[in-house]
Amino acid sequence: MTGALAIASLRRHPIRTFLATLGVAIAAALLLDMVMLATGMQSSFRRFLLMQGFQIRISPKGTLPFDSEATIGDASAITRALTANRDVVAVSPVLGAQVHIVQRGHARAATVFALGIDGLVEGDYELTAGAHVSAPDHIVVNDVMQRATGARVGDTLDVAAGLDPQLREYTGLRRLVVVGTGRFYYTAVNQPVMAVPLATLQAMGGSDRADRVSLFMVKVRDRVEPEVVARWINETLPRVTTISTTAALHEVDSRLGYFRQLSLILGAVSLVVGFLLVTTLVTVSVQDRVGEIAVLRAIGVSRGHVVQQIIIESLMLTVAGAVSGVVIGLITARFLDAILSTLPGLPAAFHFFVFRSSAGWETVALLVGSGLLAAIYPSWRASSLPVAATLRGEAVA
Amino acid sequence: MKSELSGRETAGWAAGVDHGGPVLSVRDVHREYRMGGDVVRALRGVSLDVAQADYVAVVGPSGCGKSTLLNLLGAIDRPTAGIVRIRGRDVSTMRDREATQFRLRNVGLVFQRFYLMPTLSARENIELPMAEAGAGKTERTARARELLAYVGLAERERHRPSQLSGGEQQRVAVARALANRPALLLADEPTGELDAATGAEIVGLFSRLNADGATIVVVTHDEELARSARRVVHMRDGKVVA
Repeated sequence: MTGALAIASLRRHPIRTFLATLGVAIAAALLLDMVMLATGMQSSFRRFLLMQGFQIRISPKGTLPFDSEATIGDASAITRALTANRDVVAVSPVLGAQVHIVQRGHARAATVFALGIDGLVEGDYELTAGAHVSAPDHIVVNDVMQRATGARVGDTLDVAAGLDPQLREYTGLRRLVVVGTGRFYYTAVNQPVMAVPLATLQAMGGSDRADRVSLFMVKVRDRVEPEVVARWINETLPRVTTISTTAALHEVDSRLGYFRQLSLILGAVSLVVGFLLVTTLVTVSVQDRVGEIAVLRAIGVSRGHVVQQIIIESLMLTVAGAVSGVVIGLITARFLDAILSTLPGLPAAFHFFVFRSSAGWETVALLVGSGLLAAIYPSWRASSLPVAATLRGEAVA
Repeated sequence: MKSELSGRETAGWAAGVDHGGPVLSVRDVHREYRMGGDVVRALRGVSLDVAQADYVAVVGPSGCGKSTLLNLLGAIDRPTAGIVRIRGRDVSTMRDREATQFRLRNVGLVFQRFYLMPTLSARENIELPMAEAGAGKTERTARARELLAYVGLAERERHRPSQLSGGEQQRVAVARALANRPALLLADEPTGELDAATGAEIVGLFSRLNADGATIVVVTHDEELARSARRVVHMRDGKVVA
């Protein structure tokens, strides 16, 4: 009966209840988005780094991966040294370079980013159609490059490593075959990219790129601490910089600290707004019904049941708002993520808003908690009504 | 709570245990209020006994303390001094929780403005005190239907208060007051909001209830209602004068 009275009370003013629920839903949506944003970037970055299971990155001394055009020499020797370690299960050398697509009938060549990879241990892209690179003249391209060049799987492209401005000739020209299309994790969303065998890209660059790479990605054996292997690499190969996923995440975490704080503050503000909205509505509702509440008390309804009714009313508003808010929050997060993901230079696999079920539960739990808190004042108000005086006041009114 | 009742038991007053004394006993009761800086002495030493199956009308001019007295009789309010006993129990010193439980099971209240829950149907309104007393759904529904039939509204059980006339609402309020078989039925101006013809129906209902064994105290300005009582108590300036 208490629940029925609470529902009836909310249904009595449907527009007021709807608007309050909508308000709570918007606060909940904002709260969810802020929770997703506060934790999403870090979780996205972790997922992004561990996408193919490589826990260690090795870059030229003093740089971060693809931070500069610097490269590491003697790549074959380093690869051999790394694979000699029994804790290392895979080493993926990667060379990054700008190349030019020379197309007949086009006045200017299209410039694309080429990733020279070892086809057997690559960890840079996910194949979406066709096949992986398995021969020196094979390439896998992303859809941006497909659009830029019009090339389809099976087509051949003339690719040059550079252009000699004095001779007006392309250097390191190769005819390559598109064997597949893929989604590249670490390159920007709008960047045209192709994967090509490492040896081919090195050869196209001539002596400047011979046996050089931009980055090594290292995968260690299960149950082996990547930090231990990273320390070993630093000691063994002093001319490179080694960074483990944990260290990278720590670095990102410290850089995103202010951003996360801002998200948490905005989330807290939306929580407070939701709380105020519910407490105001329920207080107004109690105020509207003081006569009724006094009568309930007079006919023998206990204070506890009156309080229960107010709490149920408050929780129903909050839960309805929270559930709707989670749905609205997911839609807005998706929309905002789509906008933010187009920012220049951001890797395709990076997301600002990452939904985790724990974030959804946290949002609902926070709102339910605030709903309970929101019921305190109106409950106290309702349960402490002086019954006789209220009835007398109502009769006079 | 019994589920199958009929005849005189239908209205529930027979549930009261005869303890050998009056159902209601009021001794030298005073009630003072503070209004702003002033002390209002609403009751000044009222004493009154109401026997089982008695029907008492309390009359007097506005502001003479009738409603204040009724609130004390119903354990809604506590006297500044004096004792109020219902079925031998002193309700004037009860704490809120105890007084609430006592009201629920021993006192039926009828108000001038009916005060039905607008969002509940007639039957649900009657079930409300029974639900509070812990009666099961089947038992509540059966009892509510019996009471609705008793007050002549069997066919209106699903109607909300807004769909009922004033007289019908007051009859539902009377049925609600009888739901837990109270020892005492208290009514504050039960015909005050009704026209003469509808008021007469309520007067008739109270007479029938008393004839069936209910102990009733009614506060009223309505002469017809007062005439229907077995006994009339006159009040003036917070005192019983006759």
